Order: sequence, then structure tokens, then C-alpha cells
Amino acid sequence: MTAFEVNGRKVDLEVDPRESLLAVLQDRLHLYGTKKGCDHGQCGACTVHLDGRRVVSCLTLASQVEGREVRTIEGVAGEDGTLHPLQRAFIDNDAMQCGYCTPGQIMSGLACIAEGHTGDDDEIREYMSGNLCRCGAYVGIVAAIRQVAGPAEA
Amino acid sequence: MRSFTYTAPTSVADAVAAIASAGPQARFFAGGTTLFDLMKLGVERPSALVDVSRLGELEVIDTSGDDHLVFGASARMADVAADPVVLRDYPVLAESLWRAASQQLRNMATVAGNLLQRTRCPYFRDELYPCNKRRPGSGCAARDGIDRGSAVLGTGDACSAAFAGDWPVALLALDAVVDVVGPRGERTVTLADLHVEPGDTPDREHSLAPDELIVRIRVPVTPAGRGSTYLKIRDRESYAFALASAAVAVTLTGGGVVEECRIALGGVATRPWRAYAAERAVTGRPLSAETARAAGEAALAGARPGNLNAFKIELGERTVAEALRIAVERAGR
Ligand SMILES: Cc1cc2nc3c(=O)[nH]c(=O)nc-3n(C[C@H](O)[C@H](O)[C@H](O)COP(=O)(O)OP(=O)(O)OC[C@H]3O[C@@H](n4cnc5c(N)ncnc54)[C@H](O)[C@@H]3O)c2cc1C
Repeated sequence: MTAFEVNGRKVDLEVDPRESLLAVLQDRLHLYGTKKGCDHGQCGACTVHLDGRRVVSCLTLASQVEGREVRTIEGVAGEDGTLHPLQRAFIDNDAMQCGYCTPGQIMSGLACIAEGHTGDDDEIREYMSGNLCRCGAYVGIVAAIRQVAGPAEA
Repeated sequence: MRSFTYTAPTSVADAVAAIASAGPQARFFAGGTTLFDLMKLGVERPSALVDVSRLGELEVIDTSGDDHLVFGASARMADVAADPVVLRDYPVLAESLWRAASQQLRNMATVAGNLLQRTRCPYFRDELYPCNKRRPGSGCAARDGIDRGSAVLGTGDACSAAFAGDWPVALLALDAVVDVVGPRGERTVTLADLHVEPGDTPDREHSLAPDELIVRIRVPVTPAGRGSTYLKIRDRESYAFALASAAVAVTLTGGGVVEECRIALGGVATRPWRAYAAERAVTGRPLSAETARAAGEAALAGARPGNLNAFKIELGERTVAEALRIAVERAGR
């Protein structure tokens, strides 16, 4: 059995060693917010936080999360449904079109802000480059992260 | 995907014992960003995985020593890139890490796994094509195919796939070594001896035995670290593999003459590539646009292009020249 926490909830599952964390989140825990894009670590749509750090869940073995904490997009808004300021900022700045990459963008953006990689917009772009957006909402995504991170350093 | 067993030993000794008892098709597993990716493609088919990503003793980063910087094998790329001493005194190391992959991948990927990453040649990654590296003797699809990304240095008749990594190129320039533990004891391998050219056996990429565990990487402390850079040229500004890259580290005399110079190349060669002739072309004189250009030409001398990658020769030359300019400017500060 593999025991870990997802968004503060304890889970304990029999996993196949071949299963990715992404597959377990979607197929076993029915948390469909985390998206499968390329399934090869190239697009960032499946980004989640593992012990507080952003990782791609498609290349994380489910067996590897034994004893650890996973946070997905479902764990970002308040209990009462109040949006997180970064979710709000994505809406304010029109930071999506089709929305498929958005959960990964938000999980990555939260980490980007927490890491302090928001000194200027170039730094945001560099540290968000692992999240592709085929609609091309990049300008809005950078603006949303900037809104929550506060003004650029002079 | 072929089924496999998964174990997560809690000590180096247990990890080595586990790999030995699991047989020749067992593999160490760290961040998984190469191995799990290739298992999904059917390119890697291990029978057992021995997870070394959470062995505390392998995660140590110690940059306080007088002789060596020490990076535990399972230290994450992101953590080494953020080490204050690495950032301040060894820009070539920091840049080779933060200019690689994405922050998500760097949080997962380990500095030892990075050394043993496999090529990104699209034919190697696709079971539908022949590939001498993936299936020895089957042929090379890149030879008559899209070989734009292939190497021009260290190529062979069987394979010209480019080595994809950045950090190993920076480590090679700084004369790093890796300490390895196996069932037959411990040994040290220089970066120069770690990777091998394809020759007739492109499936063999390095000199470690399958049951040997890298436990740490050591980089000799050097003042050349401050005068260094890792310049990476790619199709897009971020999150792409190198078309050409250069790791350069120099020291200058008071009069601005290049006293010591190390140059290694990525993106253009089948393994991390040290360019000794280029180093000699600039050592003992002040750097000018001409000497930088001459060093670039020396670095790429002997290059053998395929169909679509001849552009890498001039690109490589210019990358070396520009990296030299940046390194010398930093050394002079
Ligand atoms: C989308 C994408 C983009 C990327 N871009 C770049 C880039 O720009 N530049 C770059 O350099 N890299 C890039 N990479 C490659 C990435 O950096 C490597 O996959 C990673 O560093 C491998 O480390 P890992 O810990 O994940 O290794 P794993 O995948 O776990 O292992 C890789 C290999 O190393 C072996 N191994 C691992 N640890 C040890 C050990 N301690 N001793 C002995 N053997 C060991 C494994 O058996 C396996 O054969 C990219 C990867 C992806 C998926």
C-alpha cells in the first residue's frame, strides 16, 4: 500500500509500480483538475506540488510519493469556494483561452511566486517556461503572476 | 510498459545490494525524468527499479570546502543552481543548470541522473525507426533522415546522436570527478573518462557498470570559476536543448593576459567535449575578437556534418568566441 496526502486528505492505495502520480490522481482519486498534456514532462499541464515544490506528475511514479504531501489545483481555492488571489488574477488578466493548461499554469505560478522568481517579467517568463500554452495567453499569465507577486524590482 | 519491481532502499549499502540481487536489467531510479519518460516509450525496459532519490546521504550539497565543491548524487538540479557559492563563484555551473529543462523538472532531476541522461535524437525515442543506439545493429534512421540536431564532433559510422546535457559540459570544463560505489568497492572516475564516443557500440554511452552507484560529484575549487559562463544557444530562448553550447572558465594575469583557460562544448558533440586546442589558442595572450574567433575555429576543427546540421559548425565557433568574451569580462571584474 502507498500512503500519502492529497490536499490535506489522507489516502492509502494499492498502486501498480507502473502508475504515474498523474494517473492515480485522475483515475483512482477522480481529481481531474490536473491535466494530461504530453505525458512526457514537456508541457507542464500536469504540474502539482510535492512537499511544497512544483513537479510534473506525469513523470513522478506514484510509488515515489509514499509518505509525502501532494497539492493539486483542487486544493488551491478556500473551503467555501473563494478563489485564491492567483486564480482571481488569471480571470482579471484574461490569462487563458481554452483553459486546458490553466491548472498547471496556476500550480507553477504559485511556486514561481513562493520561490521568489518574480524579480522582473523576464524572470517570470524564464521560470514559467515549463508550462506551454498553445492558445498563447502568455502575456496575460505573466500579468496575473505580476499582479499577485507585487511590482517588479527596480 | 513492461512490469517491474520497485524498491526504495534507505542506505547506499542497501541500494548497491538491491541492484546486485535484482540482476542485470535492474536500474537505479532517481528523478525519473529520463528513465520513466523512456520507459513510457518502450525504449527503456528495466525489470526492477531501485529508487535512490530519497537517500538523505546522497542529497548533501557542501560548497564550503577548500579543495572541492561536493554535490551528492541525488541533490536536485534546482537546489544546486540556488546554492549561494555556486551562484557567486561558479556561474558556469549555475547557468548550466538553470538554463536546462524547467523548474518543475529541476525540482525532480538529480545531478547524477543528469550525467546519465540519454540523447534526444527523435529516432532513438521512436520504436518505429531503426536505431543502433536503441537496438544495436538495426541501422541509423537519422543518416537519411532529419539530422538537424545531430552531432558534428565525435561522430561515428553507427551513430551521430548529440549528447543532450548541459551540466556535464560545465563539469567537464572544471575537471570534476564522480565517486562511485559498487559491489566491488569504491572508485573515482573523472568526467573526462565517464562518457564515451559511440564508435561501433553506440548503445554504450559511459564507463560505469550497471551495478555501480554514483554517490557524489566533486568539483575542484578554482579561481577560474568566477571568470566563467555557460552559453547555450537554442531554437527558443528558454526550455529547449542546446543546438550549441560552450562552458568557458578563465583566469587573467594583472595585465589582462589569459593565464588559464578551459573550454568544453555541448550540443555539437556525441559526448561532453573538451576543446584543448581551443584552450591553447587563447592561453598566454590577451583576448581579442581575433583570438576568440581562432579559438572557436580550433574547437570545431575536424567537425563532420551530416545532411542538415552543417550550420552547427559556424554556430559552435561563434558560441565559443562569445562565451570567451563573457568569461574574460567576468574574470576582469
Ligand atoms: C522536457 C525535458 C526537457 C529537458 N531539458 C533539458 C535541458 O535543457 N538540459 C539538460 O541538461 N537536460 C534536460 N532534460 C533532461 C533532464 O535534465 C534529465 O532527464 C535529468 O537530469 C535526469 O536526472 P534524473 O534524476 O531524473 O534521472 P533518472 O531519469 O532517474 O535516471 C537517469 C539515468 O541515470 C541513472 N542514475 C540515476 N541516478 C544514478 C546514480 N546515483 N548512480 C548511477 N546511475 C544513476 C538511471 O539508472 C538512469 O539510467 C530535460 C528533460 C525533459 C523531460
